[in-house]
Amino acid sequence: MSKVEAFRQHHFDGVEQQHEASWLGMWVFLATEVMFFGGMFAAYFVYRHWYLLAFGSASNRLDIWLGAINTAVLICSSFTMALAVHSAETSRRKPLIRFLMLTIILGLVFLGIKFYEYHTKFEEYLVPGSSFRFEAALAAPAEIFFSFYFAMTGMHAVHMIIGIGLLTALIVRARRGHFSALYHTPVELTGLYWHFVDIVWIFLFPLLYLLGRHL
Amino acid sequence: MKAEPVVPVRVYLLVFLSLLVLTAITTAVAFFDLGGGVNNGIALTIAVCKGLLVILFFMHVRYSDKLTWVFAAAGFFWLLILIGGTMDDVVTRPVLSRETASTSTEFNPR
Repeated sequence: MSKVEAFRQHHFDGVEQQHEASWLGMWVFLATEVMFFGGMFAAYFVYRHWYLLAFGSASNRLDIWLGAINTAVLICSSFTMALAVHSAETSRRKPLIRFLMLTIILGLVFLGIKFYEYHTKFEEYLVPGSSFRFEAALAAPAEIFFSFYFAMTGMHAVHMIIGIGLLTALIVRARRGHFSALYHTPVELTGLYWHFVDIVWIFLFPLLYLLGRHL
Repeated sequence: MKAEPVVPVRVYLLVFLSLLVLTAITTAVAFFDLGGGVNNGIALTIAVCKGLLVILFFMHVRYSDKLTWVFAAAGFFWLLILIGGTMDDVVTRPVLSRETASTSTEFNPR
Protein backbone atom coordinates (compact mmCIF):
# COMPACT_ATOMS: atom_id res chain seq x y z
CA MET A 1 0.00 0.00 0.00
CA SER A 2 1.45 3.32 -1.02
CA LYS A 3 1.81 6.06 1.58
CA VAL A 4 -1.03 8.16 0.20
CA GLU A 5 -3.37 5.15 0.24
CA ALA A 6 -3.12 5.12 4.04
CA PHE A 7 -5.52 8.08 4.11
CA ARG A 8 -8.18 6.32 2.03
CA GLN A 9 -11.34 5.20 3.79
CA HIS A 10 -12.60 1.80 2.69
CA HIS A 11 -15.76 2.96 0.88
CA PHE A 12 -13.80 5.00 -1.67
CA ASP A 13 -12.09 3.55 -4.73
CA GLY A 14 -9.08 5.78 -4.27
CA VAL A 15 -7.81 8.89 -2.52
CA GLU A 16 -8.65 11.02 -5.55
CA GLN A 17 -12.28 9.93 -5.46
CA GLN A 18 -12.32 10.48 -1.70
CA HIS A 19 -10.95 14.01 -2.11
CA GLU A 20 -13.38 14.82 -4.90
CA ALA A 21 -16.34 13.65 -2.78
CA SER A 22 -15.23 15.84 0.14
CA TRP A 23 -14.51 18.81 -2.08
CA LEU A 24 -17.84 18.69 -3.93
CA GLY A 25 -19.71 17.93 -0.68
CA MET A 26 -18.30 21.14 0.78
CA TRP A 27 -19.45 23.10 -2.27
CA VAL A 28 -22.96 21.66 -1.88
CA PHE A 29 -22.94 22.78 1.74
CA LEU A 30 -21.78 26.24 0.71
CA ALA A 31 -24.60 26.39 -1.87
CA THR A 32 -27.09 25.79 0.98
CA GLU A 33 -25.30 28.58 2.89
CA VAL A 34 -25.77 30.92 -0.09
CA MET A 35 -29.49 30.11 0.05
CA PHE A 36 -29.57 30.63 3.83
CA PHE A 37 -28.05 34.11 3.64
CA GLY A 38 -29.83 34.72 0.32
CA GLY A 39 -33.22 34.72 2.02
CA MET A 40 -32.13 37.59 4.26
CA PHE A 41 -30.55 39.46 1.36
CA ALA A 42 -33.76 39.17 -0.69
CA ALA A 43 -35.89 40.37 2.24
CA TYR A 44 -33.47 43.27 2.78
CA PHE A 45 -33.83 44.37 -0.86
CA VAL A 46 -37.63 44.24 -0.66
CA TYR A 47 -37.82 46.37 2.48
CA ARG A 48 -35.14 48.75 1.23
CA HIS A 49 -37.26 49.29 -1.86
CA TRP A 50 -40.38 49.94 0.21
CA TYR A 51 -38.76 52.20 2.82
CA LEU A 52 -35.88 53.75 0.92
CA LEU A 53 -35.70 57.01 2.91
CA ALA A 54 -35.80 55.30 6.29
CA PHE A 55 -33.22 52.71 5.24
CA GLY A 56 -30.93 55.47 4.01
CA SER A 57 -31.36 57.49 7.17
CA ALA A 58 -30.88 54.43 9.42
CA SER A 59 -27.86 53.26 7.41
CA ASN A 60 -26.15 56.61 8.03
CA ARG A 61 -26.20 55.86 11.77
CA LEU A 62 -23.67 53.06 11.14
CA ASP A 63 -19.96 53.89 11.30
CA ILE A 64 -18.62 53.46 7.76
CA TRP A 65 -15.01 53.43 9.05
CA LEU A 66 -15.59 50.54 11.41
CA GLY A 67 -17.29 48.68 8.55
CA ALA A 68 -14.39 49.38 6.18
CA ILE A 69 -11.76 48.42 8.77
CA ASN A 70 -13.60 45.19 9.49
CA THR A 71 -13.75 44.43 5.76
CA ALA A 72 -9.97 44.88 5.58
CA VAL A 73 -9.45 42.73 8.69
CA LEU A 74 -11.53 39.93 7.16
CA ILE A 75 -9.68 40.17 3.83
CA CYS A 76 -6.39 39.85 5.75
CA SER A 77 -7.76 36.76 7.50
CA SER A 78 -8.74 35.24 4.13
CA PHE A 79 -5.19 35.89 2.93
CA THR A 80 -3.64 34.16 5.97
CA MET A 81 -6.12 31.29 5.50
CA ALA A 82 -5.04 30.91 1.87
CA LEU A 83 -1.42 30.87 3.05
CA ALA A 84 -2.30 28.22 5.65
CA VAL A 85 -3.73 25.99 2.90
CA HIS A 86 -0.63 26.70 0.84
CA SER A 87 1.59 25.65 3.78
CA ALA A 88 -0.35 22.40 4.15
CA GLU A 89 -0.08 21.72 0.41
CA THR A 90 3.70 22.12 0.65
CA SER A 91 4.00 20.07 3.88
CA ARG A 92 5.28 22.93 6.02
CA ARG A 93 3.88 22.29 9.49
CA LYS A 94 5.20 25.29 11.44
CA PRO A 95 3.97 27.92 8.92
CA LEU A 96 0.65 26.06 8.74
CA ILE A 97 0.12 26.38 12.49
CA ARG A 98 1.31 29.99 12.46
CA PHE A 99 -1.06 31.02 9.65
CA LEU A 100 -4.00 29.22 11.26
CA MET A 101 -3.30 31.12 14.50
CA LEU A 102 -3.04 34.42 12.62
CA THR A 103 -6.38 33.69 10.96
CA ILE A 104 -7.98 33.09 14.37
CA ILE A 105 -6.48 36.30 15.77
CA LEU A 106 -7.81 38.33 12.82
CA GLY A 107 -11.20 36.65 13.25
CA LEU A 108 -11.20 37.69 16.90
CA VAL A 109 -10.23 41.27 15.96
CA PHE A 110 -13.22 41.34 13.60
CA LEU A 111 -15.54 40.08 16.34
CA GLY A 112 -14.08 42.60 18.80
CA ILE A 113 -14.82 45.52 16.46
CA LYS A 114 -18.29 44.08 15.81
CA PHE A 115 -18.87 43.84 19.56
CA TYR A 116 -17.85 47.49 19.96
CA GLU A 117 -20.25 48.47 17.15
CA TYR A 118 -23.10 46.57 18.80
CA HIS A 119 -22.24 48.27 22.08
CA THR A 120 -22.53 51.75 20.55
CA LYS A 121 -25.84 50.79 18.94
CA PHE A 122 -27.17 49.82 22.37
CA GLU A 123 -26.00 53.15 23.77
CA GLU A 124 -27.66 55.06 20.93
CA TYR A 125 -31.02 53.29 21.45
CA LEU A 126 -30.78 51.72 18.00
CA VAL A 127 -31.50 48.13 19.04
CA PRO A 128 -35.00 47.08 17.89
CA GLY A 129 -37.41 46.73 20.79
CA SER A 130 -39.23 48.86 23.33
CA SER A 131 -36.27 51.22 23.83
CA PHE A 132 -35.69 51.90 20.12
CA ARG A 133 -35.51 55.65 19.44
CA PHE A 134 -35.42 57.32 16.06
CA GLU A 135 -36.76 60.36 14.25
CA ALA A 136 -40.50 59.82 14.68
CA ALA A 137 -41.55 59.88 11.01
CA LEU A 138 -39.09 57.14 10.11
CA ALA A 139 -38.92 55.23 13.40
CA ALA A 140 -40.92 52.12 12.44
CA PRO A 141 -39.16 51.33 9.13
CA ALA A 142 -35.79 52.34 10.63
CA GLU A 143 -36.41 49.70 13.28
CA ILE A 144 -36.84 47.20 10.43
CA PHE A 145 -33.46 48.28 9.04
CA PHE A 146 -31.81 47.62 12.37
CA SER A 147 -33.59 44.26 12.65
CA PHE A 148 -31.92 43.35 9.35
CA TYR A 149 -28.64 44.80 10.54
CA PHE A 150 -28.57 42.69 13.70
CA ALA A 151 -29.96 39.54 12.05
CA MET A 152 -27.52 39.60 9.13
CA THR A 153 -24.38 40.70 10.97
CA GLY A 154 -25.38 38.47 13.89
CA MET A 155 -25.70 35.36 11.70
CA HIS A 156 -22.44 36.33 10.05
CA ALA A 157 -20.77 36.61 13.47
CA VAL A 158 -22.13 33.17 14.45
CA HIS A 159 -20.46 31.79 11.31
CA MET A 160 -17.21 33.50 12.32
CA ILE A 161 -17.38 31.91 15.78
CA ILE A 162 -18.00 28.47 14.24
CA GLY A 163 -15.07 29.11 11.88
CA ILE A 164 -12.78 29.97 14.78
CA GLY A 165 -13.82 26.68 16.43
CA LEU A 166 -12.97 24.76 13.24
CA LEU A 167 -9.59 26.54 12.99
CA THR A 168 -8.81 25.66 16.60
CA ALA A 169 -9.49 21.99 15.86
CA LEU A 170 -7.21 22.25 12.80
CA ILE A 171 -4.37 23.64 14.93
CA VAL A 172 -4.70 20.70 17.35
CA ARG A 173 -4.52 18.25 14.46
CA ALA A 174 -1.72 20.13 12.69
CA ARG A 175 0.35 20.00 15.91
CA ARG A 176 -0.06 16.22 15.88
CA GLY A 177 1.27 16.21 12.33
CA HIS A 178 -1.98 15.09 10.68
CA PHE A 179 -1.56 17.25 7.58
CA SER A 180 0.92 17.11 4.73
CA ALA A 181 1.03 17.45 0.96
CA LEU A 182 -0.44 13.92 0.84
CA TYR A 183 -3.48 14.68 2.98
CA HIS A 184 -4.84 18.09 4.01
CA THR A 185 -8.49 17.96 2.97
CA PRO A 186 -9.80 19.35 6.32
CA VAL A 187 -7.52 22.41 5.99
CA GLU A 188 -8.67 22.93 2.41
CA LEU A 189 -12.39 22.63 3.24
CA THR A 190 -12.18 24.86 6.33
CA GLY A 191 -10.45 27.34 4.03
CA LEU A 192 -13.45 27.23 1.66
CA TYR A 193 -15.78 27.87 4.60
CA TRP A 194 -13.70 30.78 5.89
CA HIS A 195 -13.52 32.40 2.43
CA PHE A 196 -17.29 31.98 2.04
CA VAL A 197 -17.89 33.83 5.32
CA ASP A 198 -15.57 36.55 3.99
CA ILE A 199 -17.68 36.82 0.82
CA VAL A 200 -20.87 37.25 2.87
CA TRP A 201 -19.27 40.22 4.62
CA ILE A 202 -17.98 41.61 1.30
CA PHE A 203 -21.67 41.97 0.36
CA LEU A 204 -22.99 42.98 3.78
CA PHE A 205 -20.58 45.93 3.93
CA PRO A 206 -21.94 47.83 0.89
CA LEU A 207 -25.54 46.76 1.57
CA LEU A 208 -25.68 47.95 5.18
CA TYR A 209 -23.03 50.69 5.32
CA LEU A 210 -22.70 52.20 1.83
CA LEU A 211 -26.00 52.01 -0.09
CA GLY A 212 -27.77 54.37 2.32
CA ARG A 213 -25.37 57.27 1.97
CA HIS A 214 -26.66 58.55 -1.37
CA LEU A 215 -30.18 57.56 -2.37
CA MET B 1 -9.14 18.55 -9.47
CA LYS B 2 -6.79 15.62 -9.05
CA ALA B 3 -3.96 17.48 -10.76
CA GLU B 4 -4.84 20.71 -8.95
CA PRO B 5 -1.65 22.76 -8.94
CA VAL B 6 -0.34 24.48 -5.83
CA VAL B 7 -1.26 28.13 -6.36
CA PRO B 8 1.86 30.31 -6.04
CA VAL B 9 1.99 32.71 -3.08
CA ARG B 10 2.52 35.57 -5.56
CA VAL B 11 -1.03 35.03 -6.87
CA TYR B 12 -2.49 35.12 -3.35
CA LEU B 13 -0.55 38.30 -2.61
CA LEU B 14 -1.83 40.01 -5.78
CA VAL B 15 -5.43 39.00 -5.04
CA PHE B 16 -5.05 40.15 -1.44
CA LEU B 17 -3.72 43.58 -2.46
CA SER B 18 -6.45 43.95 -5.12
CA LEU B 19 -9.10 43.21 -2.49
CA LEU B 20 -7.67 45.87 -0.16
CA VAL B 21 -7.48 48.45 -2.97
CA LEU B 22 -11.08 47.70 -4.03
CA THR B 23 -12.21 48.09 -0.39
CA ALA B 24 -10.45 51.47 -0.22
CA ILE B 25 -12.06 52.58 -3.50
CA THR B 26 -15.59 51.52 -2.53
CA THR B 27 -15.22 53.30 0.83
CA ALA B 28 -13.82 56.46 -0.76
CA VAL B 29 -16.56 56.58 -3.42
CA ALA B 30 -19.19 56.55 -0.64
CA PHE B 31 -18.02 60.05 0.38
CA PHE B 32 -18.82 61.55 -3.02
CA ASP B 33 -22.39 62.07 -4.16
CA LEU B 34 -22.46 60.86 -7.75
CA GLY B 35 -26.21 60.27 -7.67
CA GLY B 36 -27.72 57.28 -5.91
CA GLY B 37 -27.74 55.04 -8.97
CA VAL B 38 -24.06 55.57 -9.79
CA ASN B 39 -22.95 55.29 -6.14
CA ASN B 40 -24.89 52.07 -5.59
CA GLY B 41 -23.86 50.69 -8.96
CA ILE B 42 -20.18 51.20 -8.11
CA ALA B 43 -20.57 49.74 -4.60
CA LEU B 44 -22.33 46.60 -5.86
CA THR B 45 -20.04 46.14 -8.88
CA ILE B 46 -16.98 46.32 -6.64
CA ALA B 47 -18.58 43.84 -4.22
CA VAL B 48 -19.20 41.39 -7.08
CA CYS B 49 -15.59 41.81 -8.30
CA LYS B 50 -14.25 41.17 -4.79
CA GLY B 51 -16.48 38.13 -4.39
CA LEU B 52 -15.28 36.75 -7.74
CA LEU B 53 -11.62 37.28 -6.81
CA VAL B 54 -12.13 35.34 -3.57
CA ILE B 55 -14.06 32.52 -5.28
CA LEU B 56 -11.73 32.15 -8.26
CA PHE B 57 -8.36 32.38 -6.49
CA PHE B 58 -8.67 31.94 -2.72
CA MET B 59 -11.25 29.17 -3.19
CA HIS B 60 -9.32 27.66 -6.12
CA VAL B 61 -12.32 27.51 -8.48
CA ARG B 62 -10.13 29.01 -11.23
CA TYR B 63 -7.97 25.87 -10.99
CA SER B 64 -10.77 23.34 -10.53
CA ASP B 65 -12.69 21.13 -12.93
CA LYS B 66 -16.00 21.90 -14.63
CA LEU B 67 -18.03 20.04 -12.03
CA THR B 68 -16.77 22.41 -9.32
CA TRP B 69 -17.77 25.37 -11.50
CA VAL B 70 -21.29 23.99 -11.76
CA PHE B 71 -21.53 23.38 -8.00
CA ALA B 72 -20.14 26.83 -7.19
CA ALA B 73 -22.43 28.57 -9.67
CA ALA B 74 -25.59 26.70 -8.64
CA GLY B 75 -26.05 28.52 -5.33
CA PHE B 76 -25.51 31.95 -6.89
CA PHE B 77 -27.75 31.14 -9.85
CA TRP B 78 -30.51 30.28 -7.39
CA LEU B 79 -29.84 33.54 -5.56
CA LEU B 80 -30.30 35.41 -8.84
CA ILE B 81 -33.70 33.74 -9.33
CA LEU B 82 -34.75 34.49 -5.75
CA ILE B 83 -33.76 38.17 -5.73
CA GLY B 84 -34.53 38.81 -9.43
CA GLY B 85 -37.96 37.18 -9.28
CA THR B 86 -38.87 38.82 -5.99
CA MET B 87 -37.79 42.31 -6.99
CA ASP B 88 -39.48 41.92 -10.37
CA ASP B 89 -42.75 41.54 -8.48
CA VAL B 90 -42.12 44.17 -5.81
CA VAL B 91 -40.84 46.88 -8.14
CA THR B 92 -43.70 46.56 -10.64
CA ARG B 93 -46.54 46.53 -8.08
CA PRO B 94 -46.95 50.35 -7.96
CA VAL B 95 -46.93 50.48 -11.76
CA LEU B 96 -49.93 48.19 -11.73
CA SER B 97 -51.78 49.97 -8.93
CA ARG B 98 -50.80 53.50 -10.06
CA GLU B 99 -49.16 54.51 -6.81
CA THR B 100 -45.58 55.42 -5.99
CA ALA B 101 -44.32 53.23 -3.22
CA SER B 102 -40.56 53.65 -3.11
CA THR B 103 -40.58 57.26 -1.82
CA SER B 104 -43.26 56.73 0.82
CA THR B 105 -41.99 57.61 4.29
CA GLU B 106 -44.98 56.57 6.36
CA PHE B 107 -45.01 53.16 7.94
CA ASN B 108 -47.50 51.12 6.04
CA PRO B 109 -47.02 47.35 6.04
CA ARG B 110 -48.11 45.96 2.72
